[in-house]
Amino acid sequence: MNRLQIKGLSTRHIGPIDLDITGGQCVILSGTSGSGKTMLLRAIADLDLHEGEIYLDDLSCKAMAPTTWRQQVGLLVAESQWWENVVGDHFNGEPTKYLGALGLDPEIMSWSIARLSSGERQRLGLVRLLNNQPKVLLLDEPTANLDPESMKNAEMLIKQYQSETGAAIIWVTHHHDQIERIADRHFSMKDGQLKEVELKEVKQ
Amino acid sequence: MNLVTLSAFDLSLAACLVLLLSVLSLRMQLGLSRQIIIAALRTTVQLMLIGFVLKALFEHVHLGWMSLMAMVMLLIAGYEVRARQKHRFTGWWGFGLGSTAMFISSFTVTLLALTVIVEVDPWYTPQYAIPLLGMMLGNTMTGIAVGLDRLTQSAWQQRTIIEARLMLGQSWSHAIGSIRRDSIRSGMIPMINAMAAAGVVSLPGMMTGQILAGAPPLEAVKYQILIMFLISAGTGLGTIAALGFGSYRLFDERQRLRIDRLSSG
Repeated sequence: MNRLQIKGLSTRHIGPIDLDITGGQCVILSGTSGSGKTMLLRAIADLDLHEGEIYLDDLSCKAMAPTTWRQQVGLLVAESQWWENVVGDHFNGEPTKYLGALGLDPEIMSWSIARLSSGERQRLGLVRLLNNQPKVLLLDEPTANLDPESMKNAEMLIKQYQSETGAAIIWVTHHHDQIERIADRHFSMKDGQLKEVELKEVKQ
Repeated sequence: MNLVTLSAFDLSLAACLVLLLSVLSLRMQLGLSRQIIIAALRTTVQLMLIGFVLKALFEHVHLGWMSLMAMVMLLIAGYEVRARQKHRFTGWWGFGLGSTAMFISSFTVTLLALTVIVEVDPWYTPQYAIPLLGMMLGNTMTGIAVGLDRLTQSAWQQRTIIEARLMLGQSWSHAIGSIRRDSIRSGMIPMINAMAAAGVVSLPGMMTGQILAGAPPLEAVKYQILIMFLISAGTGLGTIAALGFGSYRLFDERQRLRIDRLSSG
């Protein structure tokens, strides 16, 4: 369940890339900026033109409606975007389940976007993504703007979501401590190519 | 009709005023004197030429000549729409988008007016067909150009937002919905304002012209109302069509935002 297979994926700037992630696995992606991490995530979410095949549970991306694909293979970009005036207008249904876990008051749904701090935006972006119940999470530095405590909360929420739903995760981060805490596998990206990095210690 | 014909001398008197303006611009260092003269010369030459073309068309009433004239007008309008875009669609679409939308709206509405409302015989009588089509194209062109420019600029500036909406599983049409609505509005508002202000703030040009030519004011007013209604229908339909095609073209079959289909401006 929730197995993500990438076969010969390439865009103008990256690849070809092969990757096989089983459901419930968390794959870390690191590498210098400009190495193509974001491009890889964008290609997997089918936002950019690409060659090669991507499968979710043996179903090809091409065989699925793009809207369904992006709902199931959810991409969270580093800087979350907001287009309505009020926070709540960006959510389908009630996100209260996840708000508390990130230390956010449900009251925040009635706030105007202008009032949000960058950390609040980032956490709300995560809530909005999880609310969609994706089977695969593509997370591009999801905790970059967060203080240490919020960062831990976010990690815990994502891990909890993963164990509840069996979601596969690709997580871009540069944080060594974080990698140790969350990684099942670790790949480093350089010049548009992936290289597996050995994890320093066996996770508990 | 009690039309006072203008002599060359009358026109040169008016030209003196333009010359005066040019001299004034030179003295005030506005840097416009050359442009004023060139624009005035262009007006003269272009209008004289079209005068001769119209004269010839009026003397040889034929559907073929009329169609040729209509196509030339459409092509020039299509070129104008393209020229007014900062981020224009690349390739054939840059030109074809506006032209197709104008063809659909202006031609349909003009045809309807000629055959059902004015009911001249034959329906393509140049004296009616050309001014009607000209006014339709001129106004539709502005609406489409403004609307498309707004659409492409907004898409260019707000691409991260459009993509964020796609990432959440929204359809392309939903993701660009608010931008498309705003763009349609900006294309249609000048025409709505013109209708609201007609006769109070400004006396519309065509009506003024007919009155100058000796037509009874109430007849001129009726024609003006007809034209305003036709123009608003044509501009509205044309803008909606152009922005429909335009937003469609911004996405591919996998509903990816294809900002690369716009020139970088």
